[in-house]
Amino acid sequence: MAEAHGSTAVSATGTTGGTATTSRLLEVENLSSAYGPVRALDGVSLSAEAGKITAVLGANGAGKTTLLRTISGLVRPVSGRVVLDGEDITKASVESMVGRGMAHVPEGRGVIAELTVDENLRVGALFRGKVGKDEFDRVYDLFPRIAERKNNAAHTLSGGERQMLVIGRALLAKPRVLLLDEPSLGLAPRIVAQIFGLLRQLVDAEGLSVLLVEQNARSALSVADVGVVLNLGRVVVTDSARTLMGDEDLRHAYLGF
Amino acid sequence: MDYFVNVTLTGLTQGMIYSAFALALVLIWRSTRIVNFAQGSMAAATTFIALALIQAGQSYWVALIVALLSGFLLGAVVERVIIRPVEGGPELNAVIVTLGLFVAIQALIAIVFGSSFQSFPTPFGVRGFEVGGSTIPLTPTSLYVIGSVLITMALLVALFRFTRIGLAMRASAFSQEVARLLGVKVGGMLTLGWGLAAVVGSLSGLLIAGGGFVYPAYMDSLIVFGFVAAIIGGLDSPVGAIVGGLILGLALSYVNGYVERGSALVSVAALVILIVVLLVRPGGLFSSTTARRA
Repeated sequence: MAEAHGSTAVSATGTTGGTATTSRLLEVENLSSAYGPVRALDGVSLSAEAGKITAVLGANGAGKTTLLRTISGLVRPVSGRVVLDGEDITKASVESMVGRGMAHVPEGRGVIAELTVDENLRVGALFRGKVGKDEFDRVYDLFPRIAERKNNAAHTLSGGERQMLVIGRALLAKPRVLLLDEPSLGLAPRIVAQIFGLLRQLVDAEGLSVLLVEQNARSALSVADVGVVLNLGRVVVTDSARTLMGDEDLRHAYLGF
Repeated sequence: MDYFVNVTLTGLTQGMIYSAFALALVLIWRSTRIVNFAQGSMAAATTFIALALIQAGQSYWVALIVALLSGFLLGAVVERVIIRPVEGGPELNAVIVTLGLFVAIQALIAIVFGSSFQSFPTPFGVRGFEVGGSTIPLTPTSLYVIGSVLITMALLVALFRFTRIGLAMRASAFSQEVARLLGVKVGGMLTLGWGLAAVVGSLSGLLIAGGGFVYPAYMDSLIVFGFVAAIIGGLDSPVGAIVGGLILGLALSYVNGYVERGSALVSVAALVILIVVLLVRPGGLFSSTTARRA
């Protein structure tokens, strides 16, 4: 993979106009969501920058998954806005999100179990029309383990392989923003480290912006640039990952390590 | 021996039609988790459209194509207008809606086309081929039935396996949410799926009508056999639907041909087979529930 710097990608985000002067690719403004009378998000504001990993941390029920689901339109917010590269996408359809440059890997990974590995990847590229074989080869080069299992049904994959498959599939959509929901869930620490390491490389090389939702705060902060701590649907603190890592009180109170 | 071959061929021919009907049910079940009880009367409606065209002097083939196309349209419209509001809701709602549709369409057929028995033509003869002076029990009509179902199935397999739209349809059927997140317009795929299913259902209606009589409720027995075939096959598996249809067709033909007063026992036999299969394999012969859970 070519070595490049985040700064090249920041300029690339300016192509669709809007408030592209800032590197804030994704902005969430005062977002609230509710399931019936239960408020899951309560005025959440945060942003994700190009070339950076933004980790959203918090305990079970803090609203992390709801945040991602609201950003990609699976859950409609009660109030607030989602802005992608200057464009208000709060009311945009779920199906249109990948076309706008935002890929969402949902909780539980979202492998289509009945399809083969290769078919899963092809579904990810469907909306782009004709996609060259070289792009698929690139994903397979990135994840040799799933290349070996190309023609196997996806339900035969291990947890780590599934995670590689869905990240590879998301990359085929050529997103500028990648939403990842609990990629470490149920994976061995070694695999988590491998996947996070790869994510870091991708972000640095291609200026991708990643919004990473994690319960595994220690691993997430070790790879992220910025951390946002959620508690009961509200943002408790937003700071650099390094600062959060050093704040022992905060770690004990909200992050469990 | 001749008799056995004859009974077997009859069974295979009938079984093919059951397979087609079962396949229509399976296609809809897989994509929307709805059992379409209206499948039979939808197929009857398109058969009557074909009959009206034939009576107006059109050829069988024109009528066939128009009927299949109107089947597609009917299926698509039914999904968009009637099924969409109950999709993803409580299962009972969808059941009631399709049952209501079943009755409504059947009544509509009676209003528009009358409720008397009318004969429906077949494009080919029903006399067996002659080989070396003796007649074999294979008729052009049974060849046509088997051939048209096989071609339809081959086209469907090709669509699902080798085309982008087929891949999008499968992704939508297996995992709506993931498909939507990947940019697949799931709603359109479901409409398309219902349309295609109704085409296959219509084909079974036209084939069973060929050379016999049609009236608004003429599909009722096929509905029962088609359901049994689909459930034997596991309701989730297209291959299962086809195998289920063939097993049922053969079994019923043997009952009819070898058991005394067998013709009266055919419907009972179908239900006995259903019970036995469900006792031995509650998920059906080709159920993929384990794969789904994984």
